Amino acid sequence: MAFESLTDKLSNVFKKLRGQARLSESNMEDMLKEIRIALLEADVNFKVVKEFINNVKEKAIGQDVLNKLNPSQMITKIVHDELETLLGGGETEVKYNSNKPTIIMLVGLQGSGKTTSAGKLAYLMKNKLNKKVLLAACDVYRPAAIEQLCAIGKTVGVQVINKGTNISPVEIAKEAKIIAYNEHYDVLIIDTAGRITIDEDLMTEINNIKNDVQPDETILLVDAMSGQDAVNVAQAFNEKTPLTGIIMSKLDGDARGGAALSIRHMTGVPIKFAGVGEKVSDLDVFHPDRMADRILGMGDVMTLVEKAQEQIDEESAKKAANKMMSGKFDLNDMLGQMKQVQKLGSLGGLMKLIPGMPKITPEQTKMAEDQMKRFEIVINSMTPEERKHPEILQYTRKIRIAKGSGKQVSDVNAVLKRFDQMKQAMKQVENYRKTGRMPPGGLGGFGGGMGF
Amino acid sequence: MGLISFLKNKFAKKEEKEVEAYSQGMEKSREFFSNKLTNLSKKYKKVNQEYFEQLEEILIESDVGVNLTLKVIDELLIESREKKINDAEEINSLLIDLLFEDYSKKGSSITDISFDNQTTVLLVVGVNGVGKTTTIAKIANRYLKQGKSVALVAGDTFRAGAIEQLCIWGDRLNIPVIKGNENADPASVVYDGVKYAKNNNIDLLIVDTAGRLQNKQNLMDELSKIKRVISKEIANGPQETFLIIDATTGQNGVVQAKAFSEITPLTGVVITKMDGTSKGGIILAIRDELGTPVRFIGLGEKMEDLKPFDLDKYLYGLCIGE
Repeated sequence: MAFESLTDKLSNVFKKLRGQARLSESNMEDMLKEIRIALLEADVNFKVVKEFINNVKEKAIGQDVLNKLNPSQMITKIVHDELETLLGGGETEVKYNSNKPTIIMLVGLQGSGKTTSAGKLAYLMKNKLNKKVLLAACDVYRPAAIEQLCAIGKTVGVQVINKGTNISPVEIAKEAKIIAYNEHYDVLIIDTAGRITIDEDLMTEINNIKNDVQPDETILLVDAMSGQDAVNVAQAFNEKTPLTGIIMSKLDGDARGGAALSIRHMTGVPIKFAGVGEKVSDLDVFHPDRMADRILGMGDVMTLVEKAQEQIDEESAKKAANKMMSGKFDLNDMLGQMKQVQKLGSLGGLMKLIPGMPKITPEQTKMAEDQMKRFEIVINSMTPEERKHPEILQYTRKIRIAKGSGKQVSDVNAVLKRFDQMKQAMKQVENYRKTGRMPPGGLGGFGGGMGF
Repeated sequence: MGLISFLKNKFAKKEEKEVEAYSQGMEKSREFFSNKLTNLSKKYKKVNQEYFEQLEEILIESDVGVNLTLKVIDELLIESREKKINDAEEINSLLIDLLFEDYSKKGSSITDISFDNQTTVLLVVGVNGVGKTTTIAKIANRYLKQGKSVALVAGDTFRAGAIEQLCIWGDRLNIPVIKGNENADPASVVYDGVKYAKNNNIDLLIVDTAGRLQNKQNLMDELSKIKRVISKEIANGPQETFLIIDATTGQNGVVQAKAFSEITPLTGVVITKMDGTSKGGIILAIRDELGTPVRFIGLGEKMEDLKPFDLDKYLYGLCIGE
């Protein structure tokens, strides 16, 4: 992650304030300064930052610091809650007509991701909501834009209205609407042309389509990487042609996406979806709480927790824990543990979700993932007996395992070494349970055991 | 003599078309930046703490970035104190001087691509949707007009319609486009392109690549593979690697530049869609953090609107204009 997390910065400021039980103007000043910089670095609009900080200040002054929190955590919590409130709210779901097609028009600047998002929306509505979806290719200007939509339509498996480029976008939209009605489609998604900036021609064209087709939703695409100008663009669109929603695209990048806050705050238009990857299935409903975390650089803890709850089989985790404690932990258990971590998704993705882990490079996570794979291959080449009693592994057995797995003896040794480390760590935990004292140096062996 | 009056004199006659292009393309930025500065200096005859805060605000709102803004404002405070300047207009002109200095001392200021007797390979990289393909067409057009032979490689085999888009440009410019199938390994297409260029004595081979977000490890790996394929065939190749950045990009622009430069050394940045924004301060932020020069700047939609970046003209367009 490119930015130091706000929590880290604040805890430095906080060191000066240890023991203060109430938030006051003076003890908040430095913290608010850091928060201001964090918001600006996240590309939240300057004016919005100013207002926001003032709001937070008003809310926070005089508040008692909650039990178990320190002032910096307290203020982070207030900021986070405030962000979440601001980002959420409004009608965030698309309302579908029951007796006629729901028409959705996508608008936005060039390169904001309209065509890609049109495909993703179609996918979401077709596969998750069982809608019959029709796409209309109305970008007759950008070279190959229509081909792009047609190719996406093919991937998703929905029909695309393609009238070529020698026809006005309004005509294409009108025809698409007729087809949508006649052939009983549930949803019609209209992909419009982008412009480099908001100009009269673009607005007239969009308004013409709007007047003729009367879309139920007019959704603006906003690139998560946009800077301070994003809010002006959204305002200009909203003035000329009232918007019903926003899609934040490219949120799978590492941009903090402060534009979301600015636009929500300045226009009141709700954010409905977020583009989170390159595949057609990578469109999510918008989560204000996660966005708040992201803007503050706090890591997407909630997502991690949810992911973990979904996928870790609690029973088997308990079993492993009991076995660990009783000292009967063997290579099978180690493999099982590694597999559970793998189930959560790529390690890299996982690490990013954990706050306070900013310094792990993609190479490092890749190394860890590769190591995990190597371990699995080696363990899989052992006999059940060997997995249960690793201590019987002598040189000849190691050579056999190495050959069988296509690895080196050193790889086999690495697995055993890691296994010993984990066992060692468990003994420490056991001692801790008995004596109530933490081992020196923490529980390093555990992290190691997971392959981090 | 301050920079502003220097620029005014230099471009007083406005003989050059280029200056006019900058003036027009940067109209929105000028309206924002220059007007704000002027209004500010009218409001405050003498500067005080508040004045500096307002300047800070203008810079941040222009996407100059928090780091560079705080640094420049600090320098401005110190210099104005040393030189005992407290006239608002003079402070503004000092601010422009400082921004100029910061840019010019951070590294070289070359713009045009240089050629020798072998094929010059230009690798074009960037995140999704910044205008890579369109920029490639504009760069190709520029060097065609200079009498160079140019060929394009459709290395974006991922995005639907990307190959078609480049081919349409190839047809319009009447130059060869080397392409593979959709979802083919881009490195193999690039290999074919380089072979073609060598066999046909192409002066400039421009390689389009798929847009990628800089935090996607596998895509970044693919990019380094492309780079290896080129350098195996062409000594010192790719001689040029341009990162294309949308002028409306916020602080993530710096992150992008850093991430890409770790994979393949960047020889330049191209700023697109400058005419579409009133901000564009990311140019200064990237230069400040990485020292990478801006090579070209997109000041309009027409082919000729991609101009070699010229700091004097840029500042003239930003601060003075017509």
